[in-house]
Amino acid sequence: MVVLFGVVLAIVTQPLNAIATKRRGAHAAEIAELEAERDLKYQEIRDAELDHEMGKHSDEDFAAVDGGLRAEALEILNRIEALQGASDDVERD
Amino acid sequence: MNPARKRTVRLVVALTAAVLLASALIYTSFSAADPALSPSQLIHQAVPGRSYQLTGKVVSHSVRHEGEVLDFRVRDRAGEESVPVRYTGTVPDPFREGREVIVTVQKSGSDYVGERNSLITKCPSKYKTAPPSDKRTY
Amino acid sequence: MAGLGRVALILALLVCAYGIGASIYGVRSDQDRWIDSGRRAVYALAVVLVSAFIVLEVAFLSNDYAFNTVADSSSATTPLFYKAAAVWASQEGSLLLWAMLSSLWSSLALFLVKGRLREVAAYATAILLGFAGFFVSLMVFYANPFLTTHPAPVEGAGLDPLLRFSTMLIHPPLVYSGYTLCTIPLAFGMGALIARKVDAEWIKATRRFALAAWLFLGIGIVLGARWSYAELGWGGYWGWDPVENAALMPWLVATAFIHSLMIQEKRGMLKVWNASLVCAMGTLAIMGTFLVRSGILNSIHAFGGATLGVPFVTLIGVLIAASIYLVVSRRDILKSEHRLDSLISRESVFLLNNLMLVGLCFVVFWGTYFPLISEAVTGQQASVGAPWFDRYTVPLALILVLLSGIGPVIAWRRASFANLRRNLLMPAVSALVALGALLGAGVMSKPLAIVMFCLAAFVVGTVAQELWRGGWVRSRAASQMLPVAIAGLIKRNRRRYGGYIVHVGIALLFVGVAASSSFEHLSEPTLTVGKSVKVGSYTVRYVKPTASVTPQSDSAHTGSTLNLGAVLRVSKEGHYVTTLRPTEGFYDSGEPSEGSVGHLIGGQAVSHVSMSSTISRDVWSAVEPDISAPSLQRIVEAGNKTISMMRPEEGMIAIAVLAREYLKSPPPAKFNLRVFPFVMWIWIGAMIVFGGGLIAMWPAPSTVVRRVSVRVGRRRRASHGLARA
Repeated sequence: MVVLFGVVLAIVTQPLNAIATKRRGAHAAEIAELEAERDLKYQEIRDAELDHEMGKHSDEDFAAVDGGLRAEALEILNRIEALQGASDDVERD
Repeated sequence: MNPARKRTVRLVVALTAAVLLASALIYTSFSAADPALSPSQLIHQAVPGRSYQLTGKVVSHSVRHEGEVLDFRVRDRAGEESVPVRYTGTVPDPFREGREVIVTVQKSGSDYVGERNSLITKCPSKYKTAPPSDKRTY
Repeated sequence: MAGLGRVALILALLVCAYGIGASIYGVRSDQDRWIDSGRRAVYALAVVLVSAFIVLEVAFLSNDYAFNTVADSSSATTPLFYKAAAVWASQEGSLLLWAMLSSLWSSLALFLVKGRLREVAAYATAILLGFAGFFVSLMVFYANPFLTTHPAPVEGAGLDPLLRFSTMLIHPPLVYSGYTLCTIPLAFGMGALIARKVDAEWIKATRRFALAAWLFLGIGIVLGARWSYAELGWGGYWGWDPVENAALMPWLVATAFIHSLMIQEKRGMLKVWNASLVCAMGTLAIMGTFLVRSGILNSIHAFGGATLGVPFVTLIGVLIAASIYLVVSRRDILKSEHRLDSLISRESVFLLNNLMLVGLCFVVFWGTYFPLISEAVTGQQASVGAPWFDRYTVPLALILVLLSGIGPVIAWRRASFANLRRNLLMPAVSALVALGALLGAGVMSKPLAIVMFCLAAFVVGTVAQELWRGGWVRSRAASQMLPVAIAGLIKRNRRRYGGYIVHVGIALLFVGVAASSSFEHLSEPTLTVGKSVKVGSYTVRYVKPTASVTPQSDSAHTGSTLNLGAVLRVSKEGHYVTTLRPTEGFYDSGEPSEGSVGHLIGGQAVSHVSMSSTISRDVWSAVEPDISAPSLQRIVEAGNKTISMMRPEEGMIAIAVLAREYLKSPPPAKFNLRVFPFVMWIWIGAMIVFGGGLIAMWPAPSTVVRRVSVRVGRRRRASHGLARA
């Protein structure tokens, strides 16, 4: 009984005893969110490519869709880079 | 038609279809359903020719096999009134005296004839009543 | 030991309370360490509940009858395997199972999202601990598995013989895993709404959990159907029983959600719909647990005391109110980013699919809860039968199968007719070929079943075409053999092709359902030895009776006192096909009032089905020996009078005499004989469905993601170069 209680206490209080909280970085949450969006965009690009190879999209349709998707992906990558640069600046100060 | 108008039209059509189908569903459920009655309710309300779902407990020592037909009586869960049932068809494994059953019946004379294969027996309660020798302590 | 269990439950309750507090405090005050502590409370809860479960399990395995649940559900003669599983045969034990599974799955889920979705996960932690805490409180205040009686009884009541089947004992943990897994997307969905972060991160995380819930719940449902078919003597796999329906409803919503989530992913649409679906899925899972555990609906399964009804209804009410409040108050972040471009598009097909699935769920819901609805409306409880369910679910199912064939080949956003024609031609031809084959073989009746067969051919044709075309393109590009190329295609596009495989499985499953229900042959004759009966194109002859007497301490069997049965010879057009040996087991009732011999066989009677399964049909049989026949009852009564209750060995001798009498001059026995065409396709289809689901769930190899990122990166550097120039 005591053992169980002790184990529970140990598990639960470990983070509270941590000396310093991890420095999350200024924009960590936004960067994570953008990275998730980026991954989804990559998946879409691959799906569109596969659709095109299989003949579900005509060449013109595919060019339009693919171009649009890649532009969106680039935009996301740019935003990630900007935020990473900004948080690097913050850390340097 | 501009796109916004098209979308509204689509939405209205879809909603109307859904409402119509739901109404058909609801209406037929009320007309297709068999009322669930206990034996005492059945005695007072049953009309020949209509199907009812009889629910209650099988009366002890009332079960008799006569060839293909199973005769038994069903009583109120908490009461004494009981009705006789003549049933043909599959008898579920858990069926025995004292168990709760559900069977679709039609009144025929003074008997109630069970619809073929409509007998359902409830699985016995998960906590069995303790044998008299046990004493429960909290 | 029981004391340890009781303390563990209280400790669990405290851990839940702490975890909820820590998580909410942590997220409100933006302190990571409190959020982490809250998450770790879930891990700690899992440790505590597993310990409690082990205590109960040990009690069962060591026959500790001081525990009330052990005394109620187990006995010395219960075989070991069933003893271990009898833990969840009782109300209290099954609550502990639910709570433990919930804590384990929640721990896994929170561990997998560690470091991401910080705020959402914190709220989700609190919600999941709330659920676990609810079930632990039920145990602490209403139905404690660790109650004991002193002095302990000498022997237990034994596990109900109806439950002594292996599938029945894996089924509850699987279904409960499904139900508890459904609460995880619910928790993350509500957490996302509370934190106002319904976005890509949430989509990615939720998709996997929803798929896992869908998978486990689906397997649980199919196992339940298989148990019903192979072990129960009524001759079917689905009866629209309330408890079957209770598990089906969240599964249907989960299927809809998995599809509509893809639309939100790709086009940022249907956010309100998805938020509502995820709340509905979790709420229906709790309602399903409630249905099984309370006695509110007449069902062969409904067990459990009325005492649990009020807490459950309260919880469900809170869930519904909270869901509505969250969705309405967050509707600004749930606005669609795009609109439906064209009715001829994959989005459109997915939308229709969702409507069909939700419609199916509504039909099942209405029919299941109708007794309560009609009581509220007319004052009279009434229930609808299986034919009512069939009438509405069959057309919806047909449309669903059709959509599952069209969906894969139609493009996103907008498909042109030319493209559609090109992609649907071959599958349509397969459907027509199937139709021709069926008509040619003389199958003219049951038009709905024929339509289902053709639609299934359509779906299989679609998927085959997708695999073929994709494989061909890849084999040309990578210079591989076609089968290798196809395997690689599936490996690199697991979500898509896993999904296609699921569609094939569903199509085959429905073929099995349509064939076995529309073209079933049945006969319920009462036969004497030597007589035959015709069932469909088969002739079944009652060759001779069987009887066996198993000693009560025989742990190899399921513990029945007496087994009576028959040997049946099945032939077709004069040629021998197979031999079936159905039996019925008679168990000890433990009631002294039935007499020293009477009680040995006066308990539960359990049918042991015998069937011959091939890919084209099952021949299924069950027997009801007439144990109440006068010739046999004479022996029982004589035994009751002369044998004392204190001499069970003599009682068994009387049973042996009875068995011999049954073999010598058996009274006519009632048989339940059925021929089910293609019923095996149901089980095969189900396995394909779950295989496909596993493939879809499997994380994609990281090389795939890297390849795309490299290509996009190269383009980016090029565009930068252009910009600078």
